[in-house]
Amino acid sequence: MTAVLHHPRVQQVRGFFFGSRAHRGIIFTIVLYALLVAIGFVYLQPLLFMFVNSIKSPADLLNPMVQWVPTELFLGNYEKAFRVLNYPNTLLASIFISVVPALIQTAVASIIGFGLARYRFRGKWLIFLLLLATFIIPPQNTVIPQMLTYRELNLLGNPLALILPALFGQGYRSAIFILIFYQTFQSLPKVLEESARLDGASDLRIFFSIAVPSAIPAYIVSFIFSTVWYWNETFLTVIYLEGGLTTLPMQLSSFAQAYENLYPPGTVSIFDRLNEAVKMSGTFLNILPLLVMYFVLQRWFVESIEMTGITGE
Amino acid sequence: MTAQKTLPVDERWPRTAPAPAPTRRQISLRTREALYGYAFVMIWIIGFCVFTAVPLLQTFQYSLNQVNVTATGINLTFMDWANYTRALFTDPNFIELVIGYTIETLISVPIVLIFSMIVAMLLNMKFRMKGLFRVIFFLPIVITSGPVIRELTAQGAATVPGIAENPAIAQFLTDLPRTLRSPVEYLLTSFILILWFSGVQILIYLAALQKINPNVYEAAAIDGASAWEIFWKIILPSLSTVTAVNAIYTVITLSHFSENKVIQYIYNQTYNVQGGIGYASAMSFIYFGVMILVLLIVAWPLARWARRAFA
Repeated sequence: MTAVLHHPRVQQVRGFFFGSRAHRGIIFTIVLYALLVAIGFVYLQPLLFMFVNSIKSPADLLNPMVQWVPTELFLGNYEKAFRVLNYPNTLLASIFISVVPALIQTAVASIIGFGLARYRFRGKWLIFLLLLATFIIPPQNTVIPQMLTYRELNLLGNPLALILPALFGQGYRSAIFILIFYQTFQSLPKVLEESARLDGASDLRIFFSIAVPSAIPAYIVSFIFSTVWYWNETFLTVIYLEGGLTTLPMQLSSFAQAYENLYPPGTVSIFDRLNEAVKMSGTFLNILPLLVMYFVLQRWFVESIEMTGITGE
Repeated sequence: MTAQKTLPVDERWPRTAPAPAPTRRQISLRTREALYGYAFVMIWIIGFCVFTAVPLLQTFQYSLNQVNVTATGINLTFMDWANYTRALFTDPNFIELVIGYTIETLISVPIVLIFSMIVAMLLNMKFRMKGLFRVIFFLPIVITSGPVIRELTAQGAATVPGIAENPAIAQFLTDLPRTLRSPVEYLLTSFILILWFSGVQILIYLAALQKINPNVYEAAAIDGASAWEIFWKIILPSLSTVTAVNAIYTVITLSHFSENKVIQYIYNQTYNVQGGIGYASAMSFIYFGVMILVLLIVAWPLARWARRAFA
């Protein structure tokens, strides 16, 4: 029996199915791809669902036979959603509201991270502790007094209401970015700094000509993540920008209302009532800029986390 | 005697000037370094005071008062702990929402952790079309925003299709004891939604996996370890630290999420005539306390495990 099992032919067949030291067997490969496809489906299904529904005509929506393949490419929903969302304006507002605080937050976080990584001073542990605290404290525990102060200063609805905290390292999830830069600057060889100092470089000079160029990946990662998080953040933006700029996610949260303002329910035909397809178009238009950005920059999402060592030791 | 023997070395190259007292010089260098350090960090310290510490204390002050915002200013009427007792004992909704939040978070965290660990390990293998799968698996990082998630949930895209309507499952749910029903129901209806919260966690796990030295796997394989053993003895312990990090990150993300029912309730109460800012502040602090408790429950054992794994 064992002789049969150890016959080279049998071994070869076994290797084909179950794999050997050198390569994976076919069974393992099938399981692997099945898992990958299943998980990929979990993430893609809602997007596909959203997209397919957004191009359904009202007739297709009512037709129970039409599930995944619409009978025609109907762009009317997008036209409506585009108008309801006031797309060009809200898109620009969203870009502004996410890119500007993100840029400032990244720059400031790098300065703070450099200070924490390259200098020894008393009370550093306390700063780290408070840094963690700023990450943990829920926004609603600090937002009301800030809102009232902004109101007094007439800053409510002004983008400065979001920019000012970012400028002082208290932006949305600033602690994470500070820690990223802390990690990055800690791995900078001390020798570089010392030789620059011997050449008479000042501390600021060392920061700008040695530390910053060496940390470009960290800057890019921080900027990308900061932009995405600011874009997706709605709790603070709704409160701070009330009565001022309207961002895309804000407009999406009041989509039904905005739709009825534009197409009053009594006056339009039944096909122009707010339906799922229009809502899905709105949602899709909302994430489209992020999707575009993601596909353009996906290399950075994937690779640079490894460079920045976000994992921490 | 021995000291004198080593002296000649010094005498061959006599120092022209005596070295300055080392201690004084060191202290001044130290002070200089510290001053520069403070200079770099100062902006954060100011920001922390202005944008975090003071508002936090003010919110606490509000929570002890009845707050009326008028055109001229803010009127405070001292209420002692009345806002807190109201939230804890009188309000029928708040405590229920907080309990719901606690249960849901405690269920979601292990799912997110295990799921993201599995996905990261899959992505760490070599296979064809890896780039494509990576792009798909990192989509949640970009998309997880409140309104989008709300629309997806409303459309039923968040649940496993057909699971809620399945009569066998509905029967199973009604047979469960009351205390068990809501967690199980949550698990069934929101399973897919939970997976949408694992984007960054996958990224962090992947980064940690790629730091493991490949030689370790090879050595283990030569020693005859199976893949199963390699997972339990090598991979899992080296992921212990990031698991704690991921757990904390997950709890925070779920707790701060703008679609969180407790947060929405507090937000609505802020603008409510009956409740107002004082009451909302009190609830914020109670919620904060519960969140810390959840954080401790989740992170404590993981941190202990991490410490033991590296001991």
